[in-house]
Amino acid sequence: MSTEPKPGGSLGVAMKRKEDPRFIQGKGRYVDDISLPGMLHLAIVRSPYPHAGITSIDISEAMRVPGVRAVITGKDLEAAGLGWLPTFHGFDKQMVLAIGKVLFQYQEVAAVFAESRGAAADGAEAVHVEYAPLPVVTDPFAARTDQVILRPDREKKTNHIYHWEVGDKDATARALRTSPRRISQRIWFQRCHPAPLEPCGCVAQFDAMGRLQFYVTSQAPHVYRTALAIVTGIAEDKIHVISPDIGGGFGNKVPVYPGYVCAIVGALKLGRPVKWIESRTENLTSTGFARDYHMDVEIGATDDGRMTALHVATTADHGAFDAAADPTKYPAGMFGIVTGSYDVPAAHAEVDAYFTNKAPGGIAYRCSFRVTEASYAIERAMDILADELRMDPVEVRRKNFVRKDQFPYQSRLGFTYDSGDYQKALDVALEKIGYKELLKEQTAKRLRGELMGIGFSTFTEVVGAGPSKHFDILGIKMFDSAEIRIHPTGAGIVRTGTKSQGQGHETTWAQIVAEELGLDPQNIMVEEGDTDTAPYGLGTYASRSTPVAGGAIAMAARRVREKAKKVAAHLLEVGEADVEWQDYKFQVKGVPAKSVTMKEVAFAAYTNMSQNEPGLEASYYYDPPNMTFPSGCYVAVVDVDRETGEVKVRRFLAVDDCGIIINPLIVEGQIHGGLTEGFAIAFMQEIQYDSDGNNLNTNFTDYLLPTSLETPHWETAKVTTPSPHHPIGAKGVGESPNVGSPAAFVNAVIDALSPLGVRHLDMPITRDKVWRAIRAAEAKTALA
Amino acid sequence: MKIHVTINGAAYERDVEPRTLLVHFLRDDCGQTGTHVGCDTSSCGCCVVVVDGDRAVKSCTMFAVQADGREIRTVEGLADGGTLHPLQQAFWDQHGLQCGYCTPGMLLTAYALLKHNPAPTDADIREGLAGNLCRCTGYQNIVKSVQQAAGTLGHPSAATA
Amino acid sequence: MIPAAFEYVRAHSIDEAIAHLQQHGGDARVLAGGQSLIPAMRFRLARPAVLVDINSVRDLSYLRASDGVLEIGATSRDSDVERAGWIGDRRWSLIHDVSRVVADPVVRQMGTVVGSLCHNDPSGDWTTAALASRAEVVVRGKAGARTVPIDEFLVDSFTTAVGEGEMAVAARFPKPDDRTAGSYQKIERKVGDFATAAAAVQISLNADGTVRAAGIALSAAGPCALRVDEAERLLVGREPRDETIRAAADAASRRSAPQADLRGGVDYKKHLAGVLVARGLRQALARLGARA
Repeated sequence: MSTEPKPGGSLGVAMKRKEDPRFIQGKGRYVDDISLPGMLHLAIVRSPYPHAGITSIDISEAMRVPGVRAVITGKDLEAAGLGWLPTFHGFDKQMVLAIGKVLFQYQEVAAVFAESRGAAADGAEAVHVEYAPLPVVTDPFAARTDQVILRPDREKKTNHIYHWEVGDKDATARALRTSPRRISQRIWFQRCHPAPLEPCGCVAQFDAMGRLQFYVTSQAPHVYRTALAIVTGIAEDKIHVISPDIGGGFGNKVPVYPGYVCAIVGALKLGRPVKWIESRTENLTSTGFARDYHMDVEIGATDDGRMTALHVATTADHGAFDAAADPTKYPAGMFGIVTGSYDVPAAHAEVDAYFTNKAPGGIAYRCSFRVTEASYAIERAMDILADELRMDPVEVRRKNFVRKDQFPYQSRLGFTYDSGDYQKALDVALEKIGYKELLKEQTAKRLRGELMGIGFSTFTEVVGAGPSKHFDILGIKMFDSAEIRIHPTGAGIVRTGTKSQGQGHETTWAQIVAEELGLDPQNIMVEEGDTDTAPYGLGTYASRSTPVAGGAIAMAARRVREKAKKVAAHLLEVGEADVEWQDYKFQVKGVPAKSVTMKEVAFAAYTNMSQNEPGLEASYYYDPPNMTFPSGCYVAVVDVDRETGEVKVRRFLAVDDCGIIINPLIVEGQIHGGLTEGFAIAFMQEIQYDSDGNNLNTNFTDYLLPTSLETPHWETAKVTTPSPHHPIGAKGVGESPNVGSPAAFVNAVIDALSPLGVRHLDMPITRDKVWRAIRAAEAKTALA
Repeated sequence: MKIHVTINGAAYERDVEPRTLLVHFLRDDCGQTGTHVGCDTSSCGCCVVVVDGDRAVKSCTMFAVQADGREIRTVEGLADGGTLHPLQQAFWDQHGLQCGYCTPGMLLTAYALLKHNPAPTDADIREGLAGNLCRCTGYQNIVKSVQQAAGTLGHPSAATA
Repeated sequence: MIPAAFEYVRAHSIDEAIAHLQQHGGDARVLAGGQSLIPAMRFRLARPAVLVDINSVRDLSYLRASDGVLEIGATSRDSDVERAGWIGDRRWSLIHDVSRVVADPVVRQMGTVVGSLCHNDPSGDWTTAALASRAEVVVRGKAGARTVPIDEFLVDSFTTAVGEGEMAVAARFPKPDDRTAGSYQKIERKVGDFATAAAAVQISLNADGTVRAAGIALSAAGPCALRVDEAERLLVGREPRDETIRAAADAASRRSAPQADLRGGVDYKKHLAGVLVARGLRQALARLGARA
C-alpha cells in the first residue's frame, strides 16, 4: 500500500492526514476554545418534570446573584416572536424555552447570562419555577390511545405525528398469506444517543456592523445560516456561521438547538458576546437522540428458503417534538432500504410516529436517515427465518441475495441500487473468518454445553442524499458544492459545503483535486465550515460528503481542467481539439513528448494566458443522479459465559464495499470507529426512561461508551464495485460499520443461545438479559 | 486565592476562586485550550494532564488551587521546540486520531503510562488507556500509536534511522 | 457543572487538618484524592462549605510494612499500591487484584485507598477488600488516634466511624503469611463503572491443606460492603473441596441483599455473588498451588 502521495495518482493512497499536526499539538480550534472580550456565559434552567404546567417563574433571586446580567424565559421569547423553532423536519416546531408547560424532563425553561461559568450556574440554581405535574406518557403504544394529548398547540389533536408507507400493501399481504413458511417478530431498536465527546455549543456575537458572528458546533453551517435567518428575521447576509473544528458529530450536531437561539438573543439583548457550552448531562438529555423504532417484521418464505414477502410495521417514538432532520418527503428517512440485500418479490413498509414525554429527536446517528434501523430489522429477521427453516443463516442469505447481474437493481420499495457483489463479499468473509472450522468448533463446544455463536450481517446501505427531485431539507435541495482555485505556482484551495467532524476531509478532498488535476495533494488546502467563504452546501451527515461533495469536487476539478486545456493548447501551440489529458498532464494527441504539466499551465494562466480569461478556478454544484449503495458482510464470533451472561466478542471481521477508495488509511479508521459504535449500541448504549418519565442515563456513568479494554480487535477486508454514476466511483463508508454491525453482534449472541431455544433478544444485550434468557431456558428444560 | 503553577515549564501566577477546576484554569485563565472537557463525571479523560512529571490526572476532577506549587504538563508542552514528541509523531503516523477531541488526553495518559511501563504489551496499553474514551478510532490505531512511540522512546537511534 | 462556592484551606500537618475540621465541624470535608467528592460537588450533590486539603500534609503518603502490618497513608494513591514492588507476592494477591480494577487507570492515579474507605460507597472495592483482609483504620481526632476494625468502621452507606472533627489517617492491612492468597472478582459493565457485583476472597491454609483463616466479602450487595460470615465459618478447618466452595458460594448468594438498578436485577446480582465467591476461592487456591 503506497503512503506517499505524488502529483497525480493520489487516489487510493494511504496518505497521512493533513489536519493532524494541529490536533496532536493541542492547537485544534473547537467552539469552546473561542473566547471573546467581554464574553458572557449562558446556563440553562431545565425542568425536573417530564410533563407539567408552569405556574410561575421567579427570577428575582437569580438576578441578585453576583455576576448575573440577565434571565430570559419562554414568555420573553414569545413576545419577541422567537418562542418556537422549526425543526429540520419542516412539519413540526419546538419550543425554545418552555411556554406554558414542559413536555420532557430536562426541557429548557429559562436562560441565565452571567460573567462567568460559575455565576451562570449559581444564577440557574436561583431561578425558582413552580410546576403543576400533568399525566406522563412514555410509551408510544400508550400515546397511540390519545388519552392524554401532549401537543394541544398543534391543529391535529392527536399524539399521532404521521403515517408513512411504501411498497405494495395488497400484494405483500397476499404473498404472506400464501407463503408456506412465515416468521414474525417485534424487533426494537432502542433509543440511543450519538454522544460525540465534544458536547454541542456556540459563541454568538454581534459585531460593530451589527452582523451576527456565530461560532457553532454544526455539521451543516449553511443550513444553520438559512434557518437562523428564517427564525430570527435577521437578513441572511448579516449572519456569518463559522463551524470550527468539530469534536465528533455523528448526527448530533445537525439540528439547531434552543441553546443556540438563547445565546443569539442574549448577545443581541446585552450587546456582548455569549457562550453556551452544554454539559454532558444536557447533551444526553435534551439534544437529538436516535432510533427508538419498534419494528414488527414479517417474512414469508418457501420451504427451501426463498423469501416471498416482507412486511414491516413500525411504531416510532419521537419524544415531545418531531426533531428528526429527515428530508421533507421522507419522514421515516430511507427506511425503504429494509429489503436490504435481498430480492424480495413483494414488500411493504409502514411507519407510524407518536409524541411522548421524552426528549425530542429521531436524528440519523452515524447513518443515512433510519437506515440503521432498517438494516438491523432485516438482518436480525433473516436469522430468525433461518432458525425457523433450520437452515444455515449463510445459506438463507445467499439464496435471496440480489445477484451481481441484477444491478442496477430496482427494489420493491423504490430504490435503484447502483452496484454491488454480495456473493463475493460473503465468500471473502467465509474464507477469511474460517467459517468451516468455526462451525466444527461450535459443534464440539455445544456437545460440552458451551455457548459459542457466529453471527452474520450482509447489509446494504443507501447514502448520499440526494437527487434534487426527491430530497430537500426545509425546501433546500440536497446538492453539495465545491469551489476550486489554483494559484500561479500550482498550489490551490478547495472549499466545499460540507464540514468534517473527524472524517479527514482536509486530506481526502485534496486527494480528489490532486488526482483530477495532476497536482500535489500536500499543496491543496481544504477549507470548510465558514459560510462567508464556502459555497452553499447541505453539510456532512448521512454519509453524503463523498457521494455528493466528493462528486462536486471532482466535477469542479474537471471544469478547472477544461479551462486549463485552453491555456495548455496555447502553450503547446496547437488547437484545443489537439490537446488531451493523459498521465496527469496535457499532451498533444498522440505525441507524448509534447506535453505540459498542470503546474506549468497554472503559471501560464496568470502570466501567459494569451486570449484566454486569466486565472484558474471553477465551482460546481453537484446534484447527484442517484444515491449510492455501500454494502458489506460482517461476521462476529462470540463466547457466552453461562454463569454470568457475559459475552466476549472473540473475533469480528468486516468486509466492506464502499466503491472506489480515496484514502485506505482513513477508510480503515472509519470502519474501526463505526464498528466500535455498533458494538456499543449492541451491548451498552441506551437512553431509558422510567414510567414516570425520568431519564435514567443522564451522563457517562450510566450512558456507557466502551473503553479500549472492552472494545474488540477489528479485522477488515474489502471488495470493490465502483458506483457507476459517481464521478470517481466512490460510495461513502463512514456509516456502514455502524449500520451493519449491530445485527452481526446480536445474531452471534442469539446463535450462541439458540441451542437453548432463544430466538431473539432486544439490544442492548446486557449480561443480566443474557443470564435471564439462559435461566428461563434452563427452567423450561428442567420442567420438560 | 493566589496560586503559582508551572505549566509546560512556564510560571503562571493567577488569582482564582477555590471552586475553579484545573481544566478551566488551564483553558480560561492560562489560554492553554488543548486540554478539553467531555463530561462532568470524570469518565471521558479528554482533560487528562500530567502532574509533577508522571502522574496522569483528570483535570476536571482537581481544583486549580490543588495545583498550587506543582508542575503541569499539557499537550502544548509535549513537543520539544519544533520536534514532535514520539507519541505525537506516532499518533500522526498510525492514524491514531480522527476528530482530535480525545487526543490530548490520550497523549498525556500514554505519556504517563510509558514513564511507568516503557515496554508495554498491547494488553497493557488497552488497560492503561481505559480511563480515556475515544468515539472515533475504535482504539486500535491508538494502541498501534503507543506501541510505535514506546519503540521510538526505547530505541532513540532507531527513530532517526 | 461548576461546584457551589466553598472555602479552601490547605493543611500542612495532621494537627493543622484536625484543627480546621474541629473549627468547621460538619460543614467541612477532607479533600484527599477527590475522585468521588469533586464530581459530587460539580453536580452540587455535595456542597461542603470548607474543604480541608490534606495533600500537602507531610508523612501521609506512604506504604509502610512493619510489625506484620501494611500501613497505607491517607494520601497514598491507588496507583501507588498498584505499582508497589512487593505487590506481586501472592500473599498480597487480593490487594493487587483490587488495585487494578478500582475506577479507571487515570482516576487511580489520584484516588486514595483511605479516601475510598471513608467514602464507603455501597459498591466500593477497597471497602470490600478491607473486610476480607480484616483491615483496620487509624482515625485521628483532637484527643489522639484510635484504631477501628473495618467491620466497625463501615457504619452505613456513605457513613463511617469517623466523627466530626476527626480524620482517617491510615489503613492497616495485616500482613498475610506465605500460605495465604486472595482474589478479587468483579463484574462491571465497563471500566470505570461501579461493580454490578464483586467478591473479595482471602484464604490461608494450614500445612495439611485445611483452611486456617478465610475472609469473604461482597460489594454492591447491601448498604455497604458485606462480610459473609457464614461462608468464612464453613471454610475454616475444612479442606477446600468443591462441595465446600459451593456451600460458601451459596451462603454468599443468600447473604447478598443488592438493589436492582441498571446493572441488573436483584436475583441476578444475588446469583453473581455466589458465582464470584466460588471463582475467587478457586483462583486463590490456584495461586496457592492447591486444588479445589
